[in-house]
Amino acid sequence: MAASALVGASGFGNWARLAAQQRLTQDDLLGFDTFGNVSLIHVTDIHAQMVPIHFREPSINIGVGAAKGKVPHLTGADFRARYGIEDGSASAYALTHDDFSALAQSYGRVGGLDRVATVVKAIRAERPDALLLDGGDTWHGSYTCHHTAGQDMVNVMNALKPDAMTFHWEFTLGSARVAEIVEGLPFAALGQNIFDAEWDEPAELFKPYEFYERGGVNIAVIGQAFPYMPIANPGWMFPEYSFGIRDAHMQQMVDEVRAKGADLVVCLSHNGFDVDRKMAGQVKGIDVILSGHTHDALPEPVLVGETLIVASGSNGKFVARVDLDVRDGRMMGFRHKLIPVFSDVIAPDPEVAAAIEAERAPYLDDLTEVIGRTDSLLFRRGNFNGSWDDLICDALISERDAEIALSPGVRWGPSLLPGADITREDIWNVTSMSYGQAYRTEMTGEFLKVVLEDVADNLFNPDPYYQQGGDMVRVGGLGYRIDIAKPQGERISEMVLLSSGEAIDPGQSYVVAGWASVNEGTEGPPIWDVVEDHVRRLGTVTVAPNTSVEVAGA
Amino acid sequence: MKLTRRDALAIGLGATAVAMLPLRATAAAEEKIAEFTGGAEIGTGDITLEAPEIAENGNTVPIGVSAPGAEAILILATGNPSPPVATFNFGPAAGSQTAATRIRLAGTQDVLAIARMADGSFIQTSATIKVTIGGCGG
Repeated sequence: MAASALVGASGFGNWARLAAQQRLTQDDLLGFDTFGNVSLIHVTDIHAQMVPIHFREPSINIGVGAAKGKVPHLTGADFRARYGIEDGSASAYALTHDDFSALAQSYGRVGGLDRVATVVKAIRAERPDALLLDGGDTWHGSYTCHHTAGQDMVNVMNALKPDAMTFHWEFTLGSARVAEIVEGLPFAALGQNIFDAEWDEPAELFKPYEFYERGGVNIAVIGQAFPYMPIANPGWMFPEYSFGIRDAHMQQMVDEVRAKGADLVVCLSHNGFDVDRKMAGQVKGIDVILSGHTHDALPEPVLVGETLIVASGSNGKFVARVDLDVRDGRMMGFRHKLIPVFSDVIAPDPEVAAAIEAERAPYLDDLTEVIGRTDSLLFRRGNFNGSWDDLICDALISERDAEIALSPGVRWGPSLLPGADITREDIWNVTSMSYGQAYRTEMTGEFLKVVLEDVADNLFNPDPYYQQGGDMVRVGGLGYRIDIAKPQGERISEMVLLSSGEAIDPGQSYVVAGWASVNEGTEGPPIWDVVEDHVRRLGTVTVAPNTSVEVAGA
Repeated sequence: MKLTRRDALAIGLGATAVAMLPLRATAAAEEKIAEFTGGAEIGTGDITLEAPEIAENGNTVPIGVSAPGAEAILILATGNPSPPVATFNFGPAAGSQTAATRIRLAGTQDVLAIARMADGSFIQTSATIKVTIGGCGG
């Protein structure tokens, strides 16, 4: 299939204008001229967000190497200009960060799996055999998910009837629990790159791919789990497994499914966007990559050679629909729409709403307890510090009596608007995990620099295969300058202890508090308790703009 | 609390090894290459080295090498204190010239594979394997 022969369109823009005119309806959001003979529905990185939330997209998302200046590394006005989005429109609110608090007043919350269910059912009403594919990071990220070891999400997602899923944070439930859930899943658990660590052979529990016959088309869906699981997350929780990108094995799988008669090859990926973009150039014969992990939401697919890459956001905020025209074993055309799940516009599906309520009911008093209030917009996303992590770092410094705080550069966690109550659920939404102990220790200035350099290279290595897809580790009490364009070891300079204004001394030890260590046996109180104590003591939280990181070379 | 380097590696973001920069090929590596090739020129060709981009555990990194038609393949971890990893020799009856093993890496570095072909020529390939503290993604 020549790329030029591929006829494509993205249903985008119309609903944005309608919204600006205050006439946004569910029909506008779902409206789609059914196309071709196959429909794919993609959701990914839901992070256990079952009920509507606010979610601010990043203001800083820097691309390096071949990705410099390219989507998804555009934010704010650059992003809007690239896709012709009007300032202040519904799409500006959904896809960019500016004026977030003000626009949230007009457009309301996003997501909620009962709304997602409405979207999925509407698509199935038009195309009954549409495939629903879940890119993973589903069984992690909330109070109820933590307390049920993922069971709440398993139950609610099962009601949506997915056809396949791949994985990342799920493994932090521990391999025994993952096996217990996967063995009972009524759909395919896929990962061509999930290997047995001891034998270096494909793991038995996870199939590399699954075939589906839909609309007369033989579809192969190949799973690609997060490649760097034991590095970015605690490997001791799932020692039986090894991961990696394994693009040679991916090529082998593509060739194998083609030989078995696949007309369409779909990769359900948790690689992260830049890794997917590189993989699309390395591995021949994938028609569509449904991309997850880096939480990018793109209103149009990106075409690499003959491969479409679809990035569908996170936290239940979007559902992507991709209709394909597949004939004679070739993808001839596509129509795509990134559907924003505006919670006040899309009606909840009653059946799934009841399922969500049933999961939350036993915990409702704990979830809804008001701990404090915020005067500031609390958000996480961005390559460097966000205000949620500034608050978490402040909590670590004051509650744990530390000079410096470190908070991991994860990309999950909804936002809170100025004036909002901070409930226990809100705190858990940005902190919950199976290794949330808040450690307190000493580190030398030299070691702190090594940590920053190491994490910076995981984000800014020019070769995406050496990136892990998180953001920079967040710091409290510490300032630094980073030159992104430099190699590892030379990016970080001018490290300053903010409390004294003095330069960090490589030979001196500093008291450091942090959380989410990947090491077994880490001790300390759970981070959510640390943050809750801090917020309760403050009553009302105000987070000043963070100016402690100076960025160069972008 | 007194912190040793070992303790420092076991806290914070966690670590198996720490490398500020990719470790450079050392004189020991150069010496071994010269010994293997006898100073002959090394070209490129049909030789593949399979290795993870980022090591899950720097103490045991699975690698595989293949060079159809090779008589011997030398593997070097160029940044290790002792770079030679293995030399695989293939006799005339060998069904394939393929080998796999696990190696220990002191830090981020290039792993090099050089094959001596039946006609006495040499071809090589390399892979950069990153050894990282780890942290958090997604």
